[in-house]
Amino acid sequence: MAERAPPPQGFLRQALLVAAKDLRIEWRSREVFATMTFLAVVVVLIFSFAFVVDGARPPPPVVAGILWVAVVVSGTVALSRAFDREREGEAIRSLLLAPTPRSAIYLGKLIATAALMLVTETVLTALCMVLFAARFDALMGRMALLLVLGTVGFAAVGCVFSAALLRARGRDALLATLLYPIIVPVVMAGARGTAQLLDIKPDLEGAAFWTQFLLALDILFVTAGLWAFDPVVGGD
Amino acid sequence: MSALELSAVGKIYGGRRALHGVNARFEAGRVAAVLGPNGAGKTTMLGILSTLVSPTSGSVRWGDTRLERGSPLRARIGYVGHDPGLYGDLSARENLRFFCALHGCDATPARVDRLLARVGLADVPADASARTFSRGMLQRLALARALAHDPALLLFDEPSAALDPAGAAWLQTELAAERTAGRTVILVTHDLEAAAAIADQVLILRRGRVVRDEARAGGFPVDVLRGIYREATGG
Repeated sequence: MAERAPPPQGFLRQALLVAAKDLRIEWRSREVFATMTFLAVVVVLIFSFAFVVDGARPPPPVVAGILWVAVVVSGTVALSRAFDREREGEAIRSLLLAPTPRSAIYLGKLIATAALMLVTETVLTALCMVLFAARFDALMGRMALLLVLGTVGFAAVGCVFSAALLRARGRDALLATLLYPIIVPVVMAGARGTAQLLDIKPDLEGAAFWTQFLLALDILFVTAGLWAFDPVVGGD
Repeated sequence: MSALELSAVGKIYGGRRALHGVNARFEAGRVAAVLGPNGAGKTTMLGILSTLVSPTSGSVRWGDTRLERGSPLRARIGYVGHDPGLYGDLSARENLRFFCALHGCDATPARVDRLLARVGLADVPADASARTFSRGMLQRLALARALAHDPALLLFDEPSAALDPAGAAWLQTELAAERTAGRTVILVTHDLEAAAAIADQVLILRRGRVVRDEARAGGFPVDVLRGIYREATGG
């Protein structure tokens, strides 16, 4: 009996199973999405009160900064809850005991977190268009690409730290402390690229540079995450 | 069917020795109870057998194959712990479908219903989240989850700790059925009566060492087991 093991499942299929499970749970409760969106909207509104004076719209770099600060705040909420559901009832033990590569679990978590962040970012982008008369619509494809790449980079680093802090006390504070210094290049590239796209005369070359920079960071962070996740969640 | 064998297994956590040179053999078709006072190393041993914890020294072999984290044999292990190891926000069926799919086994509604029926949860409402279940129902669901991929080795960590007498009796019947099915069943418990009722091998740990390892075909009368335990642990 011991010698017979079920055939191994595809890596991507297993990652998608984990992501689908997380998204199903979130769809049912909408708990994390509601908190993320609420905080992100509050951040944008506070900045709008500060920067929109007498109907004068803030310059593109400021709008870009506001958008990315809101992305970081809402993304931190998503990350802080990404592994909470695994800890409740020790579901993580059952997950780690499955014949699933740990890197597939990481990829599944990354996909679910990024998907959740991107839905929130859709709301955020619309809000920035309304409040700051930002011209996201003109270069929507490039803008979306910047947001997707920035989100993947953010979630790639964040999922590793979120898993590492699974059983740590004060993990929410620790998560931000550990995560923020590392994601500075992601936020910087996202904000600079966004500002260049929002300008009256968009700097497409500049934005393309920051997009490529984000892509390079994503490759680096996702590769490091795939490699680092196993030792980070090791049962010992 | 292969035996599971621990050879000189040791585990050190941050300078503290949790297991020290443990040698043991667990045969298929037997229920083995691992006993010992708190801190004896029982849960660490179960962690090593589940491959979630790596031994600092020694090895575990299952038949001809070394059992470790990367081993394909880990797909043949089922684990039921204190906690159910389930997602409270998913229903019983969703939980089972997810774990069946992860293990690459049949996750069809009919199979999931059969698993639920096997643990006495056939009538559970389809959309009720596991969070709303009683402790006994969760333990039944945890067993269904552990059995979903037809494991050859079943590990239990204090499975009856929070069960009422009826639940504990049901669990004993289930353990006996798994033994009959030819699985290797290893049970960590403090409950000597529960162990006496089901085990045909007892392994007693004290301060990380095996102080008694005894198998009896007919099992252990509770008084005999109490005597063995007292003698081995001095308590």
